[in-house]
Amino acid sequence: MREITFRESLNEALRQEMELDDRVLLIGEDIAGGNGGTEGAAGSTGGILGVTKGLYLQFGADRVIDTPISESAIMGLAAGSALTGMRPVAELMFMDFFGVCFDQIYNQAAKFRYMFGGKASAPMVVRGMVGAGFGSAAQHSQALWPIFSHIPGLKVVFPSNPYDAKGLLIQAIRDEDPVVFLEHKTLYDTKGPVPEDSYTVPFGEANITRRGDDLTIVTLGRQVLFANAVADRLKHQVSIEVVDMRTTSPIDTETILESVRHTGRLLAVDEANPICSIASEIVSIAAIGAHGSLISPPRKLTAPHTPVPAAPNLEALYIPQEQDIERVVREMLGISQPVIA
Amino acid sequence: MVANRIEEDVLVHAYRVMKRIRTFETRISKEFAAGTVPGMTHLYIGQEAVAAGVCAHLTDNDYTASTHRGHGHAIAKGAEIRGMALELFRKGEGVCKGKGGSMHIADVSRGMLGANAIVGGAAPLAIGAALSAKLRAKGNMAVAFAGDGATNQGTTFEAMNMAVVLNLPVLFAIENNGYGEHTGNEYATGADITKRTKGFGLPCERVDGTDFFEVYDAMERVVNRARTGKGPSAIEAVAMRWHGHFEGDPQNYRDKREIEKLRKTADPLVKFLQRVEADRLIDLSILAQVDEAVTQEVSEAVDYALQAPPPNPAELLTDVYGSY
Repeated sequence: MREITFRESLNEALRQEMELDDRVLLIGEDIAGGNGGTEGAAGSTGGILGVTKGLYLQFGADRVIDTPISESAIMGLAAGSALTGMRPVAELMFMDFFGVCFDQIYNQAAKFRYMFGGKASAPMVVRGMVGAGFGSAAQHSQALWPIFSHIPGLKVVFPSNPYDAKGLLIQAIRDEDPVVFLEHKTLYDTKGPVPEDSYTVPFGEANITRRGDDLTIVTLGRQVLFANAVADRLKHQVSIEVVDMRTTSPIDTETILESVRHTGRLLAVDEANPICSIASEIVSIAAIGAHGSLISPPRKLTAPHTPVPAAPNLEALYIPQEQDIERVVREMLGISQPVIA
Repeated sequence: MVANRIEEDVLVHAYRVMKRIRTFETRISKEFAAGTVPGMTHLYIGQEAVAAGVCAHLTDNDYTASTHRGHGHAIAKGAEIRGMALELFRKGEGVCKGKGGSMHIADVSRGMLGANAIVGGAAPLAIGAALSAKLRAKGNMAVAFAGDGATNQGTTFEAMNMAVVLNLPVLFAIENNGYGEHTGNEYATGADITKRTKGFGLPCERVDGTDFFEVYDAMERVVNRARTGKGPSAIEAVAMRWHGHFEGDPQNYRDKREIEKLRKTADPLVKFLQRVEADRLIDLSILAQVDEAVTQEVSEAVDYALQAPPPNPAELLTDVYGSY
């Protein structure tokens, strides 16, 4: 199968859905090249993220809508048009900017269906970058998915690879509910096999990326890559199962519990801050649902309870790294730690 | 005389709308005092001519996004009194199954996209609905109702600017009722609302919101802008509210004589009748029949709602997602 980048995979998902359904429209800052759509090179860039590259040139200014920097109005455009029959995909650039417009998402879009007695919905997608790793500091690097996951009415999606990115984004666009779609900024240039045809990856179905017998790592987004690397590196010493959650709302509780019951050990890894992190939720699911199978206490590995620092050395310490995962795995299994030269 | 051009059925309908709002909310006020209405309730009495005058120009294919003081907007947009009464009493047969209540009352089938308990929450949604209308290109439009309080929210400003930038078919119907919660508009708004709205590039006209004919005529001047792709506009309709911010509000921040004076001199229904009589616009006996019918309609609706069953307990968990 051909290999394309995570960014190209998202672009392809948007393009294919826009070709299929003329209710699908894109809203965001500079996504059409700036200034409401720019012909030539600027129009084909697809804004800061490059995800919408070329779409303005194909679909025009009515469906690839450049906006001012007005996050509440962007979210209102999405929520209001979704409520009245469109399928908007809004790009917030950095998910940290949710702070500016959260009302339109969690008080409005997420609650239409319930508040209006099931007679309305907001089938919209909000996309944006998340995560640390580029020295972008406290307001451009956060891992806010626990906050979104807490809100009834929202679905939260966090792909770890190009295949899932395309299938989950197409599912998000077709979904009947508002979806927060998270893109880790370190993943855009990662490559992987992606079918050219359209396909969906269903929500609430975790993906077991490594099969194993001794310990389960449940994680999501970028951390899946770290967990896979650790599982591969230690495979001659220990058999690690890695569960990629794919979505944090809904959560595939069944797959997580099956894995934990099988291995008897759980390490939940999350780039979010520790209090009420997704890792906390996973540990709680295991403690309640797989208590009798647990050989050792479940462990959490998260960022510390601090903002994201700007200095590269501090940021590296902030992010749960491969070696951190390996260290905890070794502790849990009583394997000696590697000697650091 | 612009009013002479208004067709009789439009005038009778507008009167019915205002009478429905007044009669329904007067009864709700009594019920609230008797303790039968759960939660918070914000009444629209005194502002009826705004909803009636604005919505007289709209159809079910147009959209309105409303405020926490939204009963009048819902009625004017065509929501059924019975379904609304059931909703206010949180009954299972309510227009929102009893899960929305007064502050989220909606009738999406009529293009009424919900009351909104967040001040400033509606304007961004209205531009979204206007975007749908623009893309469908069938001459439909959206109206954002916003109080004077909401004009101090950044969300309203963002929506106004976005509407101008994207040339959206939306009208901002700003209802200046004198108070944002307990704080007077003169204290809270640093500049004239109409002038400020114009600053965003929106044509805006200030009208007497207790005069149906003024609101209707102002709407007529701007509504075709939206419907013919000429972009957004605004009106500022001034109409003081008679009741408190919420029912039960002792209104210690207001001189009681202010409210007495409003009842005597700024009653939208009385002003409507005086105009109708002076200009011989409609046979008053027709309006008397409206009075009788509305009184009966409201009475039957509220009596029915009071004894109707609450939502089934299983409803707690439904309508969160389409699928999950």
